[in-house]
Parts: sequence; C-alpha cells; structure tokens
Amino acid sequence: MLRWIRQQLGFDPPHQSDTRTVYVANRFPQHGHYIPQRFADNRIISSKYTIWNFVPKNLFEQFRRIANFYFLIIFLVQLMIDTPTSPVTSGLPLFFVITVTAIKQGYEDWLRYKADNEVNGAPVFVVRSGSLVQTKSKNIRVGDIVRVAKDETFPADLALLSSDRADGTCHITTASLDGETNLKTHFSVAETLVFYIKTLPCLVCAKILMPHPSFSVFMLLFAFVRSLGQENLLLRGARLKNTKEIFGVAIYTGMESKMALNYKCKSQKRSAVEKSMNTFLLIYLGILLFEAILSTILKYAWQAEDKWDEPFYNQETEQERNSSPILKFISDFLAFLVLYNFIIPISLYVTVEMQKFMGSFFIGWDLDLYHEESDQKAQVNTSDLNEELGQVEYVFTDKTGTLTENEMHFRECSINGVKYREVNGKLAPEGMTDDSPDGSIINNDGIGDELLFLQAVSLCHTVQISYDQPDCLVGGGDPFAHANGFSSSHMEYYASSPDEKALVEAVKRCGYVRSKVSASLSFSRYKLLHLLEFDADRRRMSVILQTPSGLRTLVVACRHFSPEEYIDVEKHLNAARTALQQREERLQEAFAYIERDLQLLGATGVEDKLQDKVQETIEALRLAGIKVWVLTGDKHETAVSVSLSCGHFHRTMNILELLLELLLVVLLVPVPIHQLSGSVLLSLFSRIKEDHVIQHGLVVDGASLSLALREHEKLFMEVCKNCSAVLCCRMAPLQKAKVVRLLKTSPEKPITLAIGDGANDVSMIQEAHVGIGIMGKEGRQAVRNSDYAIARFKFLAKLLLVHGHFYYIRIATLVQYFFYKNVCFITPQFLYQFFCLFSQQTLYDSVYLTLYNICFTSLPILVYSLFEQLVHPHVLQNKPALYRDISKNSLLSFRTFLYWTLLGFLHAFIFFFGSYILMGEDTMLMGNGQMFGNWTFGTLVFTVMVITVTLKLALETNFWTWMNHFVTWGSIAFYFIFSLFYGGIIWPFLHSQDMYFVFVQLLSSGSVWFAIIIIIITCLFPDVVKKVFYRHLQPTSTQKSQVTWGGGAERTREDFHLLYCQSYPTLPVVLV
Amino acid sequence: MMATSYNAKDEDGRVTVCGPGGGPLLRGKKPENTALKQQRLAAWQPVLTAGTALPALFAVGLLFIPVGVGLFVTSNNIRELEIDYTGADASSPCFSCSQSFSWNSTRPCTCTVPFYLEQPYESNVYVYYGLSNFYQNHRRYVKSRDDGQLNGNEKSLTEPSKECEPYAYRDNEPIAPCGAIANSMFNDTLELFYNDPNGTKIQIPLNATGIAWWTDKHVKFGNPGGNDQNLSAAFQGTTRPVNWRRPVYELDSDRGNNGFVNEDFIVWMRTAALPTFRKLYRIIGKKDNVVPTLPRGNYTLEVVYNYPVRSFEGRKRVILSTISWMGGKNPFLGVAYIAVGAVCFFLGVVLLAMHHKCGNRNGDGDISN
Repeated sequence: MLRWIRQQLGFDPPHQSDTRTVYVANRFPQHGHYIPQRFADNRIISSKYTIWNFVPKNLFEQFRRIANFYFLIIFLVQLMIDTPTSPVTSGLPLFFVITVTAIKQGYEDWLRYKADNEVNGAPVFVVRSGSLVQTKSKNIRVGDIVRVAKDETFPADLALLSSDRADGTCHITTASLDGETNLKTHFSVAETLVFYIKTLPCLVCAKILMPHPSFSVFMLLFAFVRSLGQENLLLRGARLKNTKEIFGVAIYTGMESKMALNYKCKSQKRSAVEKSMNTFLLIYLGILLFEAILSTILKYAWQAEDKWDEPFYNQETEQERNSSPILKFISDFLAFLVLYNFIIPISLYVTVEMQKFMGSFFIGWDLDLYHEESDQKAQVNTSDLNEELGQVEYVFTDKTGTLTENEMHFRECSINGVKYREVNGKLAPEGMTDDSPDGSIINNDGIGDELLFLQAVSLCHTVQISYDQPDCLVGGGDPFAHANGFSSSHMEYYASSPDEKALVEAVKRCGYVRSKVSASLSFSRYKLLHLLEFDADRRRMSVILQTPSGLRTLVVACRHFSPEEYIDVEKHLNAARTALQQREERLQEAFAYIERDLQLLGATGVEDKLQDKVQETIEALRLAGIKVWVLTGDKHETAVSVSLSCGHFHRTMNILELLLELLLVVLLVPVPIHQLSGSVLLSLFSRIKEDHVIQHGLVVDGASLSLALREHEKLFMEVCKNCSAVLCCRMAPLQKAKVVRLLKTSPEKPITLAIGDGANDVSMIQEAHVGIGIMGKEGRQAVRNSDYAIARFKFLAKLLLVHGHFYYIRIATLVQYFFYKNVCFITPQFLYQFFCLFSQQTLYDSVYLTLYNICFTSLPILVYSLFEQLVHPHVLQNKPALYRDISKNSLLSFRTFLYWTLLGFLHAFIFFFGSYILMGEDTMLMGNGQMFGNWTFGTLVFTVMVITVTLKLALETNFWTWMNHFVTWGSIAFYFIFSLFYGGIIWPFLHSQDMYFVFVQLLSSGSVWFAIIIIIITCLFPDVVKKVFYRHLQPTSTQKSQVTWGGGAERTREDFHLLYCQSYPTLPVVLV
Repeated sequence: MMATSYNAKDEDGRVTVCGPGGGPLLRGKKPENTALKQQRLAAWQPVLTAGTALPALFAVGLLFIPVGVGLFVTSNNIRELEIDYTGADASSPCFSCSQSFSWNSTRPCTCTVPFYLEQPYESNVYVYYGLSNFYQNHRRYVKSRDDGQLNGNEKSLTEPSKECEPYAYRDNEPIAPCGAIANSMFNDTLELFYNDPNGTKIQIPLNATGIAWWTDKHVKFGNPGGNDQNLSAAFQGTTRPVNWRRPVYELDSDRGNNGFVNEDFIVWMRTAALPTFRKLYRIIGKKDNVVPTLPRGNYTLEVVYNYPVRSFEGRKRVILSTISWMGGKNPFLGVAYIAVGAVCFFLGVVLLAMHHKCGNRNGDGDISN
C-alpha cells in the first residue's frame, strides 16, 4: 500500500528487475520455474499529477520555490506568535499566488492528460486466445501479439514477428521520433516470419529475454537463440508504411517504451533576468533582515524602560510579563520580520510567470514570422527565455538548412576528371552548350565510366518511392502493383538526406531509375544484397548489388567483387549482423572490410541555395552587436564560399585561417603539434593587433579547434573575440556544443544563441542559452529540442531585434518596478516604528496590506509588461544598433537597480514625512475642527502611495493602449471605490472596525486633497526632470529614435539618414 | 515552466515529408492579422522631452505659487493659542496638583491658569486638549478595545474580547468599556472664564457635542439595548474601568451623550497617530455677528487636575483655535506649494536656457553619433 502511494506520488520508479522475460502471447510455461514479472501497462502518462495527488504534489513543488517557501514560513510565524498583522495578510496573497500557479499548472497538466487519454484510448488489435480482438491501446500487455495496419503508429515497442509480405519485411517511418522522413525497412525474426495470422498464435511458444535498460534483445525460440537487432524492433511512435499489416510482440510498453524514456528529462534553462531577479531578492532579504534586526535592537536599547514600554495607561498582561526575555526578544524579531515581510514582492513570480506565458503568444501570432510557403508559424517551446532573446551576444548557426534552403539541386559532376553539367535533363561535358548536338552528351547510351558512374549514383541510396495516389484508390491492394511502368509523374521520392534525393532526381532526369529493392535500371535489373547504412562517423554508405556495386557520397567509387569475394564479404556481414556481443563494433569492422580497394569513378556536385535574406539578417545581427559564428560540418572551402556569399565574411575582411592541413604542412619543422598551434595562434593574434582597422574573420576546422581548445584555450578565445566573424568547419555535432559551452563559460559569460535545423544541431541547441530550431527538411528533432522554432533564418532578425527587445524591456521594468513598489509600501511602516516605540504597530489596515499587491497595483504592471514598446517595431528592425542599448543586461544593471531602490526609499520618505508634517504634530485638518487618528494617517500615506506608484508606472509607459488607460485609471478608481465600500460598512465578522468611515472622513478634508496633490507632485517631478535632463544631455539611441519616430513629418528624412548610416558598419572592437 | 517533459500528442503529429510539393498547401496556421496579435494596437506614445516638460514645469510653477500663497494666507488668518498647564516647573500654577497626584484621592485638585488674548477670536472657537509623549499608537494600546462591546453588543458587554487584557475583568466582573484605551481616558475638566475689565468673571459656555465624528456617534458606538434605555440597568453586571472615578453610564447627565456614545469618550477612543496629539474638547459657538466669540482681554483657565502625565514625562496643553475650511493653523501646505512651485519654475527656466543654448540638439537629433 505504502509503495503504491509512493509510486503514485512519483517517488519510486516502477519496479525493475535485471532481466525481463517476455512470453510471447503470454503463454507461460505450464511447469517449471516461472516467476511472474510485473511490467508497466501500456498507458502513457505524461501528465505529472492525478486527481488525488494534485494538491499535495503541486503544493510540494511550489513550496520548493524559495519565495513561496519564505512566505509560507512567514505565514506560519504569524500563526504561532502574537504578530502585528493577522495571518490573513500574508496568507491570502500566498494563497492567491499558489492558486494562480496551481490553476495554470493544472490546466497544462489537464491538456497533457487529455492528449494521453487520446493516445491510450486508441483502438488496437491484439491476438487474444487465438483470435484478433480489438481493444484500447492502454490494455496492451508485454507479450501480447499486436497487429498493426498500414499507416498506423506502433502502440508499443514491438519485436516484428511477421508481416504480410513473403520476406517478412515492413517499412516504417520514424519521422515523429527522430525526424528522419525516409522509409526504413525492418525485418521479421527469421524463424517466425513464416507464421501468419491463423497459425501464429499457436505456433509461437517463445520467450524473449532482455537485459533491462539497453536494447540488445535476445529471443529464445524453441531451441534457437536469436539476437534481435534494431532492424527487428518497431519503436513506439514510428509509423507503418507501405505494408498492409504486421504482427509483433510487445516487449516494452507504456512508460518503459524507448520514446517515453527518451523524452523524460529536459534540463531547464534559466534566463539572465531570472538570475538577476534572484540576486535582487537576496539583497532585499538582506534589507529586510537589517530592518528587522535594527528595529529589534532599537526597541530594547532605546525604548525598553518601563516608563516608555509600560506606562500606567498601557500595562502588560501577567503572561506577557512572565515570559522569558530571550523568548520575547525572538518573538519581537519575528514580529518585525512579519511586519516588514512585504518588502519581498510576493506576487513578483506569479506576475512574471503570467507575463511570460501570455507574452509568448505574440511570437506565434506574428505574421512576420509566418512562412507562407510551408504554412509554418513561429513556435514557442519555452516561454521562460523570452527576454533572453534581447540579450544575445553570440549567434551560433548551422549552415546547411539554416543559412541555406537545404534544397539540393544537382549541378555538375566530374567523371574521370571530366566535368559535366546538367543541361536540360542531360549531362553535358563542360564547355559544351546544349545546342551542340554532336557533343558527347550523355544519355541512355552513355558508355564506360560515365555509365558506371550513373549506375553507382542511381543505385546506392536509400530513396524510397511513394506513388502519389490517394489511399482510397489503393483500397488495400499492393500499391506497387499499380506502378509497373515508371510513370514518373506519379513518383515521389522520400529520402533521409536531401542531397541523396537531389542526386536521384537528377539521375532520373537523365534516364536512370532505380526503384525499390529489386529495381530495374532502364536496361538491367539489380538485386540488392546488402545495404551498408549511412552514418555520420563513416560519412559514407554502400550497397552491395548482384551485378555491379557502388559507393557514394560526394565521391563515387566502386569495387568489383568476384563471387568468392562476395561470399567472404557476406559471411563477414552476416556474422557481424547477428553477433550477440559488440554488434556495433563488429559491423564497423565488416563495413571497413568491404569498403576498401575502391575504384574512383568521379564526384558529384550538388548545389544548395542560400535562403532568402540571409545576408541582410547577418548584417543586421552584426550591427546589433551580435557576433555570428557559423558552425558547419562542411569542408573548409565550401564553408568559406558560403560564408562569403551569405555576407558572413566580407570581401574586405582579413581572413585568418587555423586549419589542420596548414599545421601539418608546417609540421615538417620538428615541433610538437600543440606548441605549433600555439605559435600559429600567437601569430594570428599579433596580426589582429597589427591592423585593427580591418575586420578579421577566422576560419578554423574541427581538428585544429579541438587542439586549440585543449592546449591554448585562453589565447584562442582572445583571437576569437577579436574577430568579427568566425567560421568553424568540419565540426562534429558534439564539437558544436563544445564551442558553445566554451564561449558560454568564458569570463564575460556572454549570452549565446544556437540555431540549427538538424539532429546534429540538437546538442548545440540544448547547450546554448537560447536554442532555436529551424523547421526545415531534416525532421523535427531540432524543433522539438529547441526553445523557439522558426521557419526561416531571416526571421531571426525580427525575433531578436523586435521581440527580444520588447520582452527584455518589459520584464526588466516589471522586475524593478516590483521591487520599487514594495519598498514604497513597506518603508513608511518601518519609519512609523520610530514614532510608536517600536511596538510593531502597522501603519496600514490589514486589508490594505493584503490587497496592495493583489489588487491595487497588480494590473497596470501586468498590462505594461505585455504591451510596452519603447520604439516602433519597424524602427527596431531597421536600426539594429538599438539592440546594443539593452545588451549586457543593462536595464537590470546594479546601477539601475540601485536607482529604483533608492527612488522607492525616497518616495516612501516623502509619503511618510509629507503626511507626518501635514497632520503629524497636531494640526486639525477638518473643516469642523474634529481630529483624525492613526488609521486616517495610515490611509493618507496609503492613498498617496497607491496613486504615486501607479503614476510612476504611467511615467514609465511609452505605449499607451486603451488597456493601459483602462487599468491605470481603473486601478486608482478601484482603490477609491473599494475604500469607500470597505469603510462604509460595519463588517459583522471582523473583530475590529478600525477603518469605519476613515476614508470618507479623510477625503472630506480640503487640506488632505491639497496634501495628496503636493506629495504626489513632489515624488514624481524630480523623476520627470531627471528623465528630461538625461534625455537632453546624454540621450541613448533608443531615445533618439523615439524622437525621430514621434517627429512625424521629419520621419522620412530621418529614415533615410538612418539607412545611410547603416551602410557603414561599425568598426570592430579594438583590443588595447 | 513550460518544459512539458514529453507530449504524447507528438505521436500523431503531422509528419512533414521531404518531397516536392509536400501535399496540398494548407493555410491553417496563418496567424490572424489583428492589431492585438500583431502588436499594433492604437497607442498614444508620449515622449518626455524638454518640449513637453517645459510647459508642464511652467504650468506647475505658475499654478502652485498662487495656490500656495492662498493657503498660506488662509492658514495665517487662523488664530491659535496654546497654554501648557502641565505644571512641570515650580512656578506654574498647576505645580502642586501635578506633584500631589494619587489615583485614589477623592478630593479633586484644581488650579487656575490666567492668560491674555491679544486679538479677538471672531468665529467659532475650538478648544482642544493636547498631550505629548503619550503613545496612543502603541500596538498593545491600539488593539486593546472591543468594538463589539462599544457598538452595544450584549454578549461582548459581559464577555469582553481577549484583546482587552489586562483591562477586561476586575474582580471577575467584566469591565465596560474594556481595554487600555478606555481605561486611560483623559479626565481633566477644563473651564474658561472671561475676566471682564469691570472685574466680573464670566464663565464661557462650552459645547460638548459635535466634537466626535457623526458616524462614530451614531453608528459605530452604541449603548447596550439602545440609547434610550435606563443606562445603569443596561450596564448591570459590569464594572467601571480601573482608573475611572465614575461608571460609564454617569459620564454625562444628557442621556444622548452618555454611556458609550459620550462624545468625550468617542474622541478619546480614536487613537492618535503620533505621540504628540490634540483632541477636540469643546466648541465655543459664535453668538451673533456683532460680538466676537472671544473678545480681546484677560481669561482664566480652570483645571480640575486629574490626569497624571509626569510618570512618562508628558505635557498637557489647552489649545484655543479658530478654524477655516482647511482646518486649523497649518503653514506647511502653503509653504510646500510655494516651494514646489518655485522649484518647478526655476527648473523650467534652466531647462529653457539649456534647450535654447544647445539649439536643436535634441529635436533634430544627429542620429549618427
């Protein structure tokens, strides 16, 4: 029972033993040693909570947040000791904050729960007691034989037993898992593929043994031991294609399936603003403690004499007199803590969270970030990082698919040293034009090397053909039956890599077609014997065919096997494929064994178009003070030329190179290579220093990068920082992440952004402060692991320069304003202690204390933080330099923080002492000679404060939409209406009626009105004057562009001026 | 916070395939082109520049200075006289009374303080008593009351709130009114005499009503069982506060001003904000338009000295004051208005000079620097 509870609460992982034995079709052995194992059912639970554990678990999680915990402690202290304010004053805001957060989290979880339900309730067919039964997906148990039909997703991790095809294969697509869109062929377990629907259940008496975590699975079938490889497994989430139906046995279900395991943990990123927010919180905690300690000490040092503390009119009770002095001291300290606790803005977190949540919709809504052709709008995966978009200092971008379209077009090839170009569907040697018919244009009758080359290209690939026919017409029949003649208009190619596709399409245009597995080239049929898949480490793939065979990447080569050789090769391969241990390594060896002694056939050239407006975007980013690094796996010449064409490198730039080849050339000198790279770096560095007028670009390749990082990290960083553009080529995926981490952790701790589209960019996207996925052709993995996803690289400019700017200024003001308004709120209370013998008397009524942060001052700042714009988005986009104004977290620097805090203290002093001088000593303020009391005094301070604090925000607001007007004036009006109402009634359940008619009496005095006006003006005018003077004497460029924009008629001229200035990029930072 | 660890929905996500055309062109995801969603809401974008601030500065300056002068003059026209009768030093008339104080003395100590009015007080004159060093705003003191009891609640009358401790019960009898505030009610009696130049001493009639807030007297405070009942019967079973000489139902002979609705009591129960405070004591009504309320001349203040302040170094004062629409004498507001107005005006001039001198530096904006 206890364990069940713990499991429900998520403390215990589901039970796992070392191995699991799966009895196919759940036929357990009748006799013998059978220990039943418990497996997870096939329910996918991505929701965190259940109805029962929601309240405790959510509360537990929320109170792990330090601010909430702090307020909980304060609340408990209030319950325990005799405190100046009722527990309600901190309990209610806490309750409010917790409730709002809980509702939000509950709603999100409910959405997940609904999605789970949809998945869990999906109908599936399972073989039960010899016949097919339809049931719900969640009812699948480990060992069940499941039937999956065409275009269905697999409901659990299955071991493929048989398919409707004679060879027992099936095609699947794993697009929703890893983003690879090609069709993959998976194989049945050899011994079972002959079983089919009727015979299947009774014949299979097998059990599957697997070690738990990993996926090397063994199948015990009768007496055979079969190793199940990846090609026998069908992972949950993948989709069956081009195969009518398959049977598989469920081996991992529900939360134990690979998909569920993989998506478990995703580290949370925190923005720089949140970090400074926490620092500020700590500082305020310090102020709070200081004030509480000071008050406690003063209370005892100065006022503890009986004459003051216990005069005749104010005696203590027996109990109070008898309590120990130490206890008294502690409880006094705690009471002061409670009294001042509102200086920590309780609703800051919840407001920030709401702001981020609601504000993030603007990105998805933005039409400028919407890509018409692909129908993709920008997507926000993490709203936590919105403001980080305004802080980016380094952009790391992938090249292929990010800067370029990733739409490959075959351009030219070289065969045996002769260059060919594709002209009108035919290959023509270089120099020939298509209207010279007697040139040796290659077509179907191509001979010799060319033919071999084309054969190789057309045969060695994984492209699958889909026949573009609506499913209803197919009607369950074999789609391939329709496509005997290659009516090419019906064919669509699906490939895992776009250049593969480009090549095949080009070859097709030239008349060579390979289709499916047993394919026919226009005049010959080939039997595909083995496919050596592409992988990133080998950077090649091979096929072994019965007649000719080939290899391809960009270089095309081939090797002829004699029958004897082939038998040898096959033996190797099969041995490796079925190996029980170290299959991966053995396969590698086998591949290497096959792929040698190759005969060079030629090379192909595939062109990838640059995306729209890449150059402008990079230029804009550079003007915004952002350094752009291109990280690519390409070789250095390609990378440099793309860099040049996309404006990353200028023609005028001095390009420095740090390449392994160069190092090796110099290596003839007998110097250890690490010293050498150091000396090269030094020379590069001195070159930078020599002519600092020119901009520098650095090209570095993966090998020398890792060398440089290992040996001369600091020097390398210096060089990098002084280059305005850096290009890293020949990078492995992990190296990309390493570069990002290196910069991230360098002493300046710059904010980094990584943008990429492919699975190889995922590590860098996750490493960078902000990860952006491009919704490109290489699947959804980058998008899914990113924080934001956009359709095109050019959208990055608006995302950073406009949205980033907006989010940053909004949240920066939001955070500081919160601290400001709470200083204003609590400091008068602190000052009042000096006039009430440090007796912890509150200045304001409890209800005001409670509602100040929840009602009176909450909405204006929220609306501000959703809609504020310092300058028009067009200006921001056209003037990237404005981005520099907010760089380095400048609006949340210690100086501005100090300014806001001091302003808060100043205003609080003015409220308090203004009111004090007005009614303090003993002036009568009412026209009928009657007097006010302490509650009236507090209400006066509070009224002035609510108005001033609201107007202060109004002063900060640059963008007044109707909503700003509504909430600003509405808040003040609400305060008045509420106070009239609150003070107008004798509240039956309240213990004291302190506030009865206090507010009305206050407002009935003419002097008070005059006082309110003068105090507010006194508070705000210095601020206005300061703003005007600063703007006049040292305007920021943001402020200048505000004037420009506001200038109306002047605008066109200024815009022109602006553009004119832009064409001269700023000089690079010079190292002194 | 949005890091939803894993979304089951992804399984059914639309698969983007890599093929020419990519299926029929869907426009389902296109965001709406509304002002809100495109962040194009119509908005007023004020820019705080010298151009906008200058008129505001001058306006504030030009408005505030006359207002301040007006307030200052109004305040100056108010007559106010303050008499300290604490009796702290030996020369003062109340010295002996202040020395010989004891709570259980039955014989009242009286002292007379003569004073001279240099100017006649024309309109209504308000008589205040003032205490200093008296912390009515001490937390223990402020909460030591039972508003339910004061409102006439029968239950609270016999069972005073815990907050009233240690002034809730005396000899197991509930105290009415309970609490420290009520217990320490100011109980000096002040009387004013005009010394006519012909030697006669004329007592000036002091009005004891209209000194408390109307809402306090008529809504917040109420006697148990209504105001018209026989009060001594209504307060049956309760006892007077420790420091009081009379029970609460004998505060005044006027039935409408007795018990909890006694205005002196209500005034005292409104705790002051600061340790030095005044409370309205009596009002001297204006008789007619011909004779000033208080003519110039010699007066005598007769004090029945009951209230001890020596133990906490307090002072006791009597204040005579006339009143304007803005209350009593209050030079602060006028001075503040004049000062703020002057500063604004001055800053306006400085800014104007700067604006003028630096020419179009701001307006035309040389953006390129």
